[in-house]
Amino acid sequence: MQTITKEDIYTWLEDVKDPEIPVLSLVDLGVITNVTLDNNKVHIEMTPTFVGCPAMDMMKQDVSDMLRSKGIEDISINISFKEPWTSDKISEKGKQALKQFGLAPPPPGNLFSDIDILEHAACPRCNGTNTDLKNPFGPTLCRSIHYCNDCREAFEQFKPL
Amino acid sequence: MDNLALKELLYKIADDQLILGHRNSEWTGMGPLLEEDIAFSSMAQDKIGQSHALYSILHELGEQDPDTIAFTRNAEQFHNCILTELPNGEYDFSLMRHFFYDTAEIIRFDMLTVSSYKPLAELAVKVRAELRYHTLHANTWIKQLGNATEESIARLQRSLDHALPYALGIFEESPYEKQLIADGIFEGEVALMENWKNRVEEIIEQTQLHLPGWSTLNPVYGGRSGKHSEHLQPLLDEMSEVFKIDPGAEW
Ligand SMILES: [Zn+2]
Repeated sequence: MQTITKEDIYTWLEDVKDPEIPVLSLVDLGVITNVTLDNNKVHIEMTPTFVGCPAMDMMKQDVSDMLRSKGIEDISINISFKEPWTSDKISEKGKQALKQFGLAPPPPGNLFSDIDILEHAACPRCNGTNTDLKNPFGPTLCRSIHYCNDCREAFEQFKPL
Repeated sequence: MDNLALKELLYKIADDQLILGHRNSEWTGMGPLLEEDIAFSSMAQDKIGQSHALYSILHELGEQDPDTIAFTRNAEQFHNCILTELPNGEYDFSLMRHFFYDTAEIIRFDMLTVSSYKPLAELAVKVRAELRYHTLHANTWIKQLGNATEESIARLQRSLDHALPYALGIFEESPYEKQLIADGIFEGEVALMENWKNRVEEIIEQTQLHLPGWSTLNPVYGGRSGKHSEHLQPLLDEMSEVFKIDPGAEW
């Protein structure tokens, strides 16, 4: 077996997607907080988007399956809150992917102290902010529900956290 | 650092989250509006997830695994305050309880972000961020319904009067209070309660509701030492029934 590098691991993990948002990789989502390599032993640190995220076990399994499919047998995955996830951890590429998926990307988390940021989320269709917050709680823990007054359609936003 | 004090603290916070999480989940399919149905279900999922993370810390401190802790204890082994176990009642009571409780919890987790016990401090940063959505939700509805119609104001006032003595039970002190403060683990229930009263007054002042004088109230204690109302055991039986049917089920 060839020597693998950290870069290889990240490239492979690019193909592991968020089970709820199939266009977004776990790397772009920002839940992979560290990768360490010791010979061919791989250790991955992960952190959940929301503490109660039911998809976490599935993500962990998907990461493990991916590495195994690349011939890595010695895998350990640890879930911790040392480096807690915030929506600012979603990469630029990830935010673009969310938008193409029809989900408004989260605004910068530090703006969340201002409730307006939730009240007038940018519509992923028209980019306009003539929108209303319908419910800060959506179909999954990480989404809120909004309505665009110009498009006359509801949309969801990935919540700032 | 004495683990007994730390464990007692972790148990009461986790049990509060688990029990209220289950009460919230009882609104699934029953909410007065679809939006509220979703809101209470989401908050339930958050709270049960947060309790699980706290039980995981306890597990690392030598306690049993999270599912065993959550589903195999009896009422007298639970440390949740009585407020969290009361039946949902009408929507106005559930909303008022949610307001009182989450206002306390966001302050508690804010205080815990500087805890000398690192695993708890790290988790607290995360939980505090999530709870902002819960307090945002509670404050929005309290202000809206607390200024809406005569009926909504009267209903909320009745729920406020009923829930408030139980809410003060959140702050029942533990036997380890001094030690937790001295060790820098937690600043203590008294400090928490003072902050909570200010925050509650701040919101209620923006409504047509009235708070009775704090000194006229008799707090309902007992939950922290396992002396619960008759409502807890049936809730636990229901919870553990599901667990016993399918111990591998995902929560
Ligand atoms: Zn639009």
